[in-house]
Order: sequence, then structure tokens, then C-alpha cells
Amino acid sequence: MSDIKTGAETLITALVEQGVEVIFGYPGGAVLPIYDALFQQNSIRHILVRHEQAAVHAAEGYARSTGKVGCVLVTSGPGATNAVTGLTDALMDSIPIVCLTGQVPTHLIGQDAFQEADTTGITRACTKHNYLVKQVNDVSGVVHEAFLVAATGRPGPVVIDLPKDVLMNKTDVYKKKSDVRRPSYKPRMKGDLAQIEKAVEALSQAKRPIIYAGGGVINAGPAASQLLVEFTRMTGVPITNTLMGLGAYPASDRQFVGMLGMHGTYEANLAMYNCDVMLNIGARFDDRITGKIDEFSPNSTKIHVDIDPSSINKNVLVDLPIVGDAAHVLEDMIRLWRSKALNLDAGALKGWWEQIEQWRGVDCLGFSQAKGEVEIRPQHALKRLHELTKHRDDVLISTEVGQHQMWAAQYIGFEKPNRWMTSGGLGTMGYGFPAAIGMQIGNPGACCIDVAGEASILMNIQELSTAVQYRLPVKIMIINNQWMGMVRQWQELLHGGRYAESYTDSLPDFVKLAESFGAKGIRATKESELDSAIQEMLDSDVMTIFDCCVTKDENCFPMIPSGKPHYDMLLPGASQEKVAAAIQGEGLALV
Amino acid sequence: MSETRTFAVLVDNEPGVLARVIGLFSGRGYNIESLTVTEVDDDANLSRITIVTDGTTQVLAQIRNLLERLVPVHRVEDLTAAAEGRNMEPPVQRELALVKVVGAGDKRVEALRIADIFKAEVVDTGLGHFVFEIKGRKSQIDRFITLMMPLGLTEICRSGVIAVSRGDQAL
Repeated sequence: MSDIKTGAETLITALVEQGVEVIFGYPGGAVLPIYDALFQQNSIRHILVRHEQAAVHAAEGYARSTGKVGCVLVTSGPGATNAVTGLTDALMDSIPIVCLTGQVPTHLIGQDAFQEADTTGITRACTKHNYLVKQVNDVSGVVHEAFLVAATGRPGPVVIDLPKDVLMNKTDVYKKKSDVRRPSYKPRMKGDLAQIEKAVEALSQAKRPIIYAGGGVINAGPAASQLLVEFTRMTGVPITNTLMGLGAYPASDRQFVGMLGMHGTYEANLAMYNCDVMLNIGARFDDRITGKIDEFSPNSTKIHVDIDPSSINKNVLVDLPIVGDAAHVLEDMIRLWRSKALNLDAGALKGWWEQIEQWRGVDCLGFSQAKGEVEIRPQHALKRLHELTKHRDDVLISTEVGQHQMWAAQYIGFEKPNRWMTSGGLGTMGYGFPAAIGMQIGNPGACCIDVAGEASILMNIQELSTAVQYRLPVKIMIINNQWMGMVRQWQELLHGGRYAESYTDSLPDFVKLAESFGAKGIRATKESELDSAIQEMLDSDVMTIFDCCVTKDENCFPMIPSGKPHYDMLLPGASQEKVAAAIQGEGLALV
Repeated sequence: MSETRTFAVLVDNEPGVLARVIGLFSGRGYNIESLTVTEVDDDANLSRITIVTDGTTQVLAQIRNLLERLVPVHRVEDLTAAAEGRNMEPPVQRELALVKVVGAGDKRVEALRIADIFKAEVVDTGLGHFVFEIKGRKSQIDRFITLMMPLGLTEICRSGVIAVSRGDQAL
């Protein structure tokens, strides 16, 4: 009779079978049986966060940097509702998460019991799938199915809601991972070969081709990025990455034209506008990418590879849809390109590259940190961070949301996938620091840096306590301009410079704040102090905040103002009149 | 240009599945004209949902893809498009309605006469009322209701549309 276990013990057994090494969580009444079971085993490590939202972001950082499923454990009611932002973030960015939520005992469900919330109802719209487990015999099967759903197809968050009595009841039923089937769930991995054949042929006919690769390539695993590099090099086609796709193609490579979109490079956006064949792999024509939709790349044949059929023809109608996993499809493309001995018209491609080099010559990311200038420009700070870390292979970067996020995307080059963790879809301020904690847990020796703004960082600052407790040498580099910079920039561009509530008064002294948690604090206010401060941060082996005080009213350029097409970019040094006239009419209503 | 389509959706009969389907429509502002759901296979635990909806070609394709993306969904068939693809008549569609008509004298006689024309059955009656049961295509029921309106119609309950494709092919 030794295989009779409680629901909580069965749960742990199933998690161990799934290879879970770490759970990010916070205890409470409804999940006490799980905590009791965790206490009595050594296979799974629990990381105690200080807020449930941070537990999900930490699991996201862990998942994105390791390629594994992130696991979260929170209690019923407020524990579950606090996790909702993290779950939505994971859904938008397709991050595999399994979130275990406690629930009141089954006989109290619907009674407005203490710490009761309709968790499956609330999370239905912000998960890929969710479960309410009503029988202890179902626990193991549901866990295995949840991991399958979270990790396969287009990945995403899955919630398992576990009533307390289900966790405490006993069962001898254990379904193994290999016993679990869900016939209705069948993600398509292999793309349709006939379509792929048409796609490579269309690409080979192109005079002005471009590859536009997104987070789907990262999600398809490091092999997909290698295949992307192979295919891009064998074709000689210029390539751009989305914010989510940075690292899928090495940033230092000549064929890389930079990130595209609202704050993307001039050359990437103009190449998108002027191309005649566009190969989109694992990106979803997000509104931040397309700009004005009816003027988006008007003369191109569009090929779209996506694992999620509902991403195809959602925003932009495409000519050649291919449903499948990026790695599988790229593999087929490479094979077909070779076996058909396809080649692009060398003369046309040369001309196209000359055009792109001209656009590159505009130097759209140029900024002026004048020699001898005392203040630190934020772009300069991030460029220096890149210069001082680019020789290393162990640097993982997360960000919060705002100007600093875009500058990090623009000035830090990523050579490999899974090195860049940012909240792309939901745009969650407060994401970066807990994500960096998860990155550090998953990659103990790595140099994990959260590039932050002084406003964003305050949204999950309590996690300093977590980082210090587990002796995590996470680095936070605060690009501190005392403004919610992106809000201020939009108020300048859109709202006549009426800076409503975007200035943060009464900011803490971040050095003293760090010290009060037992962490290290560094500050630089002058350009002459910048390099040594960055180096001190990099060399620190404890939790460290670097308060990098920068010029206050810098705008993030280049920028496609909302509602404008790709060719209508604001470049650095744009005249006041051009900036003032940038957004009018319909654009005003867009976010 | 907006068009009306009938979808047949085969799903696992489990709690929350209908909420997922409805949430998909409401969360994106898509329209549901009619929705019916009942278990159709007790052994395999399958339910069939019939949804009549309208939208542009792009929206209708989205609806189909989003439905297919749901974990408990086995199959989604756009019955209208499938019939067009096979050069067939639109799918067989039926709806049931219960219609209560209260009145006396000439109006009462007229109501009974119309019911007879529509082959509506009287399923309950008293000296001052009828409850008619009518089944047929949606448009027939619409017409029946319009005609009963001035004759003392007081209550309508409609089942929503159920549909299967014509021909020997099954879902």
C-alpha cells in the first residue's frame, strides 16, 4: 500500500517526472498541503518571491533563458489574481508556463469562501488552457497534459486550479507522462511541402527580398536560429528581427539590418517597405511592426510561416501561408533550396544591397554624446554596456518597459538566441527584475542584467529581498531620467508638451534602497564615471543596483509615429516642426 | 463584405468548453447569431456546437482558426463554405420554436388557420391561448412569428439553429 499518496504528493511526483527543478511561488492557506509535500522532498527547489506577479515573471525569465517550462505555485484568491498580469504577459509572448493555483475545498466553491476567486473563469482569457481539478485521481493526468499543452505548438501559460481537499485526499492512481493522450490537441509541426516549395521558388525570383524573423524562431529552439542563419547566408538575403526575435540572427553579421518596427532602424523599415518578396518566419505582423496597415509593404509577395494558424491573415493578408514550426519549415527550405539549386539574381541582389547600404549610411541610431559633455546620454550608457560586455558569451539581458527598453534593443547586440528577455506583447512594467531573477536561477554562472527605468523598477522592487535571500548576483542598471520617459515623449509629440503625471517626484535614493535590502548600490551621474560604474556592476558578485543618472529629456529615435507608414520615420535630430506635425488625425487615437 | 456562415464544432464535453467558445467571440467583438450545444456521443464524451455567425472573409477565417486552437476542440467545419466548395445546396438547417398566442374570437381562428398552413402543432391550449410548436428553416419561423404578432403573440422560445451537411460525407 506504499503507493497511496495525497493529491499534493502525487502532484510533486508528476512535477518531478516532468523534470521540474524549480518552482517560483508564494504560500497561503489553500496550497499548504503542497508546501508540506515540497518540504519533505529534495528534488524540486522552491524560490520564495515577494509578490505573485513576480513569480510568473521569474518563471518566464527562467523559461526564456533555458528553453524549459517555467513553474509557478500560488495560493487561491489574491494569489491567483496577482498572477494574472504575469499569465497575460506569458500568453502574449508565447512563453511556456505551468501555474499551480490553490483553490478553496470543492464543497466551498461558489460559496464566496475566504480567499475564493473564480480562477478558471478569470484566467480563461489569459491562458492557453486551464483546468479545475475536482478529483484527486485526475491530478497526475492533468499535470502531464498541462505541460504538454504549455510546451508544444505555440507555447503559452496553463493554469491548474487545485482545491484544497483534492490536495489532501488520498489516491493510488498515478498516470505516467507517457500514458497521457489528448486527441483533440494536435499542433501542426511540419509545414505543407508544396507551399514551402512555392515559397522558396518565390524567394529565388525576388529582386528585393527580405527575411523578417520573430519570436517564433526563438521558441522553436536554438536549432531553429542556426537553421535561420544557414538559410539567410546561403541565400544572401537581408534579414531583420522583431523585438521578440532579437538574437535569432547574430546582430554583428553584415546581413543583419537591425530591428524593425516603431523604433526599429531606418534600413530595416525601408527594406520592408520597398521589398518585393517578404519571408516572415515566426512573427505576427504586430501593429508595432506594420505601422499604417494599408501602406505596409505594398508591393511585396508575402510568405508567412507560423505555428499558429490564427496568426496568419489576422492583421495582414499574405500570399503564401505556411503553418508549421520554424525549425521544421527552415529545414525543408534549406533542403529544397539546395536540391533545386536555387539562386537569386546576383545583379539584382547586389543593387538591393547597395540601396540598403545607402539607408544604413543615414546612421539612424546616431546620437551626440559630445566630447567633454558631463551628463550621460541614455543611448551612450547602453552603448557602453554593450561595448563592455560584447566579448562575453554569458550575458543575459532583461528589460522593463519604456524608452530604456527600446534603447537596450537598439544598442545592445545579441549574437545568440535566449539572451534577451523583454515584455514585448503586453508591455509589462515591472517585468524585467523578476525575469532576471528567474534567468539567474536557471543560469547560475551567467551575468544577468535587468536594464530598467526608474519608474518600472519600482513596480516590483520588493524582489530585492528575493534576490538577496538566494544570494543571486543579479544586476539592475537603472537608466534614471526621473521621467516615465516614453509617456513623456508621447506627451511631447501628441499632447502639446502637457506632461501630465509623467514626472516621478520623491524617488528613492536607489543606492540606499539597495543597501537597506543588503544589496550593493552604485551611482554614476557623470560620463567620466560611467565605464568604471558599469565595470563595478559587472564585477559584483552580489545583488547590485546601478543607478545610472542620465539626461532627462532625451527622446527615443528613430520612430515611426503611430498611424504613419514605414517611410515616414522621425530620425534623430528631426526638426521641432516635423516632430510637432508627426502625429495627427487617426494616429492620435492609436496607442 | 459580410456574409453569414454556419459552423459545426465537435468538442470534448467538459466543464468550461462552452465558456471558452463564447469568450472567444465576446472578447473579440464577433457576433453570434445563433448557438446550440448538446452531447452527441455519450461513449466518446463529445458535444456538438452549431454556431451561426457573420463577418468578413478574414474574420470568418479567424473564427475558424481560433476555434481550432482551443484544446478541447476536435473539429471545426464551416458547413456553408464546405457546401459551396462541393457545389452543393446550403447545409440542412433546422430550428424549433415554441410560440404562445393569447386571444379570442376571430384572431384565435386566424392564428389556428396560419398554424395549419405552417404545419405548426398545438402543444398546449386553453380557452384563451395556444402554444404552437413549429420547426423548419430559420426564415420560416421568422415569417410565422411575424404573422402571429398581431394575433396575440405573447411569448417566443427558439432552440437556435442545428445543421448538417448534405450528401454522404460526415463530420
